Amino acid sequence: MNQSSQPGGDNGAGRDLSEAELSARREKLTRKLDEHRLSEQRAEARQTSSTGAGMAQAMKLSSEFIAGIAVGAMMGWLLDHWVGTSPFGLIVFLLLGFAAGVLNVMRSAGIVAELGRPGSGPEVQKKVESRGSEQDSGDK
Amino acid sequence: MANDPIHQFHIKTLVPLEVGGIDLSFTNASLFMVLTVVAASAFLIFSSSSRGLVPTRWQSLAELSYEFVAGLLRSSAGTEGMRFFPLVFSLFMFVLVANLFGMFPYFYTVTSQIIVTFALAMLVILTVTIYGFAKHGLHFLHLFVPAGVPGALIPIVAPIEVISFLSRPISLSVRLFANMLAGHITLKVFAGFVVTLSAAGTAGIFGAVLPLGMTVALTALEFLVAFLQAYVFTVLTCMYLNDALHPSH
Repeated sequence: MNQSSQPGGDNGAGRDLSEAELSARREKLTRKLDEHRLSEQRAEARQTSSTGAGMAQAMKLSSEFIAGIAVGAMMGWLLDHWVGTSPFGLIVFLLLGFAAGVLNVMRSAGIVAELGRPGSGPEVQKKVESRGSEQDSGDK
Repeated sequence: MANDPIHQFHIKTLVPLEVGGIDLSFTNASLFMVLTVVAASAFLIFSSSSRGLVPTRWQSLAELSYEFVAGLLRSSAGTEGMRFFPLVFSLFMFVLVANLFGMFPYFYTVTSQIIVTFALAMLVILTVTIYGFAKHGLHFLHLFVPAGVPGALIPIVAPIEVISFLSRPISLSVRLFANMLAGHITLKVFAGFVVTLSAAGTAGIFGAVLPLGMTVALTALEFLVAFLQAYVFTVLTCMYLNDALHPSH
């Protein structure tokens, strides 16, 4: 503890020391909490995977992927049929459909932001504003 | 065949009917669709007929389902989304009751037919598209241009987003249909093992305990899936309706 008779510099150093100690303690606690949370998550994952949730996830992701490819191929085929550009429409749209399928899967897995959601960063904001679409802060 | 796992999905014509060369026969699938609508409506009308401040069991069940769907819609599409509540609630009740009807022995599972689920998904996606264009006009097309994409990439990204948008009704319908179909086939196959094994003498009867236990477990899982798929269908409907209400966030 700091006495009033001690110089001010010593006073500050003492506080620094205690703060450093505190931050070290906080770090340790954070690490412990993280570990605990991780092990909890792992246990939860193990539990859910045994109750058929993995099956539901597989069904979800595969249907998203197949739907993208099917729609792409269908659009390409119809374009060829109407415009007579066979086989290039099918080739191009099948590839686009593949990309859309991957995008669907990543969206559904939560890796990529959903459709219609803004990215982050000042450049994005500027672009959005310049295109004239108002920024809506409503959450999904 | 008693052991044919696909047999339960056969369409049987009950009342043959043909109008202008189009087959409009009343089949067992139509019968169970009618029964689904009747059961869902009867449940809600009956349970809300005696409205009391202190709800009865049935009334609280109806209130629970109302609150559940309303909460889902509010949380994903905001209070503006409540104008779609009749559609979303009807869809949820139809899918849920049809799925649960499928769990009765000898009943027909309507949602195991892809044309039924596809029709429901098209209803959702057409609502989204028509309402989106009616409310926002061409502004709705901003949905297909994600924010922050460089101008040079838009010709590539926009078609991908359009295909991704068009694939929604397909993945929505395929998910519900595939879950119900796969679940019912698995159930039937395991139940078939019980019959086949128990016909093979004493050892077979003891062996049949294993698939029997599996059938019981799968039945419980199927009840879970029946509810879960109705829930998933409703959640995705709400998310798509949100896109129609707010095409650019």
